[in-house]
Amino acid sequence: MKQPQQTIKTIAVEELIHQIHSFHDDGYRLVQISCASEGDAFEVTYSFDKDLTLIHLRIPASTEKPIPSISRIYLAAFVYENEIADLFGIPFSGIAIDYKGTFIRTSIPHPFGSPQISVVKKKPEGQHE
Amino acid sequence: MSKQIIVPFGPQHPVLPEPIHLDLVLEDERVVEAIPSIGYVHRGLEKLVEKRDYKDYVFISERICGICSFIHGATYCQGVEQIMGIEIPRRAEFLRAIWSEYSRMHSHLLWLGCFADSMGYENLFMNCWKVREKILDVLERTTGGRVIQGVNRVGGVSRDMDAAELKRIEGEIPGLRDDFTELTRIFDEDLTVQTRTKGIGILPKDKAWDLGAVGPVIRGSGHAVDVRSTGYGAYDELDFKPVVRNEADCHARCLVRAEELFTSLDLIENAIDRIPAGDILAPVKGNPSGEYYARAEQPRGEVIHYVKANGKKNLLRHRVRTPTLANVPALVHMLAGCELADVPVIVLTIDPCIGCMER
Repeated sequence: MKQPQQTIKTIAVEELIHQIHSFHDDGYRLVQISCASEGDAFEVTYSFDKDLTLIHLRIPASTEKPIPSISRIYLAAFVYENEIADLFGIPFSGIAIDYKGTFIRTSIPHPFGSPQISVVKKKPEGQHE
Repeated sequence: MSKQIIVPFGPQHPVLPEPIHLDLVLEDERVVEAIPSIGYVHRGLEKLVEKRDYKDYVFISERICGICSFIHGATYCQGVEQIMGIEIPRRAEFLRAIWSEYSRMHSHLLWLGCFADSMGYENLFMNCWKVREKILDVLERTTGGRVIQGVNRVGGVSRDMDAAELKRIEGEIPGLRDDFTELTRIFDEDLTVQTRTKGIGILPKDKAWDLGAVGPVIRGSGHAVDVRSTGYGAYDELDFKPVVRNEADCHARCLVRAEELFTSLDLIENAIDRIPAGDILAPVKGNPSGEYYARAEQPRGEVIHYVKANGKKNLLRHRVRTPTLANVPALVHMLAGCELADVPVIVLTIDPCIGCMER
């Protein structure tokens, strides 16, 4: 049994708050916010649920330009926004509870903000042909 | 107004099996605000997807959690199968449903035991874990693993259950139902449990929805939110009805879990009756390309596995939104205004799994 197809609507950052207000007013539950790299930039996806159907909104993102926080509309967003800020280095403006980079402790700053890991196989030292 | 003081709670605390830290802002004995901080056990498992073959990664995804490991593996596989357009054998979907329900019972019994322990109810704790052993025995017998089962594969499962095994499982269900009835009776009627849980840690119905709570936390506040209702996997053929309670307190969340034990037994009986014969693993060729948000119902609530691939053997991104992370905002709300002595009980009622949350 295959799972239902999902649609992802891409919008401009400027439209985000307006769209989120609409989802909130229509009684949607915030399911999650995720981030993934897309070429040299990033994309942030907001997922909502109502009547067991998932709907996704996507905006482009970068480490230079802050994204307006939606945590004043959906308080639950603060955990996801802090997580993305810590792992990817993408700034959010106006987070309701802002940990300022201390939500997830990592050994290097913004580990997911770096390019994809490349796997290089090396022979162990001292091993000869 | 009394002077405010901050009491640190965790990361090491007797009721916390895993580390989370809360700064509790107190006025006298009352909590005014709770500020959580996490990150003590972040392992970077999602990043590993970039250097491991997407088929090997199934085993890493199972290790995200040491309790609901099976469902993590199954949900990751669902995501990859969806973007690869793989229709897995129906029998494999039924087997996944059976093992998922065993995982749920194992997790709920573990939690009920820990919850009893947090109230100082040692005898009840031991009884819960004694029954849990019977569940773990079945998991070990059928998969080879008590905690990490390792039977999920992209395309199905690697182990089957023969007719004799299914009959044996069916024969054990009445005994388990009796055990659950006795445990549920204590959690429902015992004065100690009632005193420590009733009317405490209230999460109103509208707040539970607004704060994005999931699992027994939102179902204990009157919402029938359960991903199994979407009919993913074999659940479309099983007679499933979510357990919902309206009291919205710690007692309601506890009883949702206790009653879900019976739902799991019913679903396993259903699945054994209806499981079709056939293969358990579909052939998988090539590499995935595309993206999908797979979701499933874990013991703690809805889990989301996002997978994104570009046709290579290493995925571009794997992101897991675990139920504990989704329940943190609800926890912050429940703690504001409670008594300091109730904090451990309230924290436990979201069934926090920190290793899972931080990945």
